[in-house]
Amino acid sequence: MTSHDHSDSHPPRQPFWQRYIFSTDHKVIGVQYALTSMVFMFAGFMLMVLMRWQLAYPGTPLPFIGHLLTSEARFSPPGVMLPEFYNSLGAMHGTVMIFLGVVPFAVGAFANYLVPLQIGAPDMAFPRLNMASYWVYFLGGVIFLGSFFLPDGAARAGWTSYPPLSIIETPGQTFWLAGMFMVIVSSLLGSVNILVTIIQLRAPGLTFMRLPFFVWGQFITAFLLLLAFPPLQAAAVMQLMDRLLHTSFFIPSGLYINSAPLEVSGGGSVLLYQHLFWFLAHPEVYVLILPAMGIVAEIVANNTRKPLWGYRSMVYSAIFLGFMSFVVWAHHMYLTGMGTTISTFFQTTTMIISVPSIVILTALVISLWGGSIRFNTPMLFALAFLPMFAIGGLTGLPLGLAAADIHLHDTYYVIGHFHYVVAPGTIFALFAGVYFWFPKVTGRQMNELLGKIHFWPSLLFMNGIFFPMLIQGLHGVNRRLYDGGAFYANNQEVLFLNKAMTHSAFALAVVQLPFIFNLFWSIWFGKKVGDNPWDATTIEWSAPSPPVGHGNFVTTPVAHRGPYEYSVAGAARDFTPQFEPERV
Amino acid sequence: MNRWLGFPLVASEHGAKIDSFILIVHGLMLLVFLVWGAWMTTALLKFRRAQHPRADYHGLRTRLPYFLVALMAGAEALLLIGFALPFWHDEIVAAPDPARENPFAVRVIGQQFQWNVHYPGPDGVYGRTDPALMDDTLNSLGLDKNDPASEDDITTLNQLHLPLGRMAQIGLSSKDVIHSFFLPEFRVKQDAIPGMRVPVSFRPTMSTEEFRRRTGRPARDFEIACAQLCGINHYTMRGFVTIESQEEFDAWYAAQLEEKRKYTEDDWWTEEKTVDQPAPQDP
Repeated sequence: MTSHDHSDSHPPRQPFWQRYIFSTDHKVIGVQYALTSMVFMFAGFMLMVLMRWQLAYPGTPLPFIGHLLTSEARFSPPGVMLPEFYNSLGAMHGTVMIFLGVVPFAVGAFANYLVPLQIGAPDMAFPRLNMASYWVYFLGGVIFLGSFFLPDGAARAGWTSYPPLSIIETPGQTFWLAGMFMVIVSSLLGSVNILVTIIQLRAPGLTFMRLPFFVWGQFITAFLLLLAFPPLQAAAVMQLMDRLLHTSFFIPSGLYINSAPLEVSGGGSVLLYQHLFWFLAHPEVYVLILPAMGIVAEIVANNTRKPLWGYRSMVYSAIFLGFMSFVVWAHHMYLTGMGTTISTFFQTTTMIISVPSIVILTALVISLWGGSIRFNTPMLFALAFLPMFAIGGLTGLPLGLAAADIHLHDTYYVIGHFHYVVAPGTIFALFAGVYFWFPKVTGRQMNELLGKIHFWPSLLFMNGIFFPMLIQGLHGVNRRLYDGGAFYANNQEVLFLNKAMTHSAFALAVVQLPFIFNLFWSIWFGKKVGDNPWDATTIEWSAPSPPVGHGNFVTTPVAHRGPYEYSVAGAARDFTPQFEPERV
Repeated sequence: MNRWLGFPLVASEHGAKIDSFILIVHGLMLLVFLVWGAWMTTALLKFRRAQHPRADYHGLRTRLPYFLVALMAGAEALLLIGFALPFWHDEIVAAPDPARENPFAVRVIGQQFQWNVHYPGPDGVYGRTDPALMDDTLNSLGLDKNDPASEDDITTLNQLHLPLGRMAQIGLSSKDVIHSFFLPEFRVKQDAIPGMRVPVSFRPTMSTEEFRRRTGRPARDFEIACAQLCGINHYTMRGFVTIESQEEFDAWYAAQLEEKRKYTEDDWWTEEKTVDQPAPQDP
């Protein structure tokens, strides 16, 4: 960075808190988002590790830390978790992973850091809004995690928070709603910013069809966040009012709870909440997956050393996916008692939405053909994303057809399905992105050997956790059971898998240590590299590594061609960057 | 064939169709996965840098993949139109025809953390129920004893008896929160939602006796599982289904009714709270 400080267009050095804490620089905010969301992801992962112990060894004190756990509201006898605490872990694992971990990482961190750089912009369109977005998110996270310290613990009505259960449950539920409110505000501020930035701040010559696929992914994602979140925000406020002000938006008349008739005005609709929730939460699935597809597309093009196959088809598919994702939500609700007409509509839209996903995945797989493939760590993670996301996507097929969903709904098959999409799918793509763009952020490269030590066992143990879930689900083992299903005679044959999954989860935790070490070690001791270590073509690689303070680029970049001009016939090198003028 | 994917035994008429359908869908999934996987493996071996040092700008020069995607979309359309939509219409949503099928009606009402079953009795009419009459130990459904229709009704806890081979028509609801009524062996699952009464119908084709013989477990019963998180003891919300011949069922029902009458004479029935009048005082 110092080499560029002589430029007199730069403001004087700001104090530490303004540079790194309350910064309006999209790069600093991106890094803040990245570090915060990684901490939350790690926290969410640890909640899952605790759950997995209980599932494999119900009623056994937790090892090592058991004797420390004496809170009578959560453990009895010491170290043996109660169902109350298990349900909190379940609800909060989902909430923390999605709303505080993966989405803020994929959007808050990656879009914030990379979108302005990839489109050649000096910053986001609204830097202060950007800072507000991060701090509101941070506050939301504090509320969520803080709720664990309430006397009755955190929310325990599932990550979906369905009423009436969520309304009669403990105060943790109120904190959950408050936390959601914050996260949604943050997300709205962020998505407006991303949209305006992409529309207004593209470098000269950077037409929409010259945008890297990553930017397209983030563009569609921002639309989804902007348009799908408000209904859930309304629902959260309504539920909050049901809890605190004794309204009855979601409570019907005539309920009898805890040995007494429920004293409310009644007349509300239980299913209304589910419609509002899934109106967000289905588009949210594409919020999780489109940025991941974008990252994978960048890395695949770069490491096959050839253009993506079917770039235009991928873009049109992503746009179509965005539109369709608003009309599939009720496929989460087939078993709430739907008639033929509405179930026909949602089954049909669900089958239709699978087609663009298949197009994008197929295009990525075909892009490998004819390449000159380099197997570095980012590429390994990006390649693993393809079959893992394929399993996740394909297992969605029987769930999307109501007839098959009857048997599979609310079983571990569902858990296996969406974890394949999000964990070895999206999270692998995020890892790929971290390894790939780390040199741009720090000027140094992460260690390749440690990267491979991180990758291979992670791939193995991810499958060790999630594949057995599909088997259990087909057998009829339900989700959200405190004892892992041991109470039912039907589940006995497949209970042994609980131990296999738990051991895989512990092992997966251990093999993240090389990553954590590599991340911090490489900041100071990684191999120093130039501005474009991967011989890449997109505009962010024309900026210095790390990019200069506010402004990013030394000279304003101009886009001369499409994003993936690799191995152009007649060119001297096997890559022709977007930002290089034509040679005459 | 239907055990390939590890399903539980199937004990209902429509269950075997669901199994075959899930199997076919998984066949298609496997096929697509293998095509992608084979393509990817070949590409990674053939075009690794050591093998192929200079990339080809154009890569694959054929439109064939679009044709394959269209084929996949066609297969999905076939599954949807050929099976999933008609199946839902004919077997899940359609109510049994009373004139032809002589359905057996019963209500199942979920509550934290048990399944209440309400049989209308020989008159086929359910007695009136009222939340104001509910009492956890004595009258968990709030059945009004002053309603003549309730005289031959019985209610049971976690015990659902159904006659073999007769279409069961279950009216499903909940007293408190959302539960989900899951009968793994019958391939039946339906949310029990407070404020709604959703009909579920299926025809049991295997008796409990045969089920015990087939599984080799003389004490095994068909189970009712709760599939929707309903609170802290959700994991224990289990009920049992007994499938028996009509004669056995009638004998069981008569015995239950007898039991109820005996208890009614024992007076707990009259001490129960009623609407609009104060509870009787002890003499």
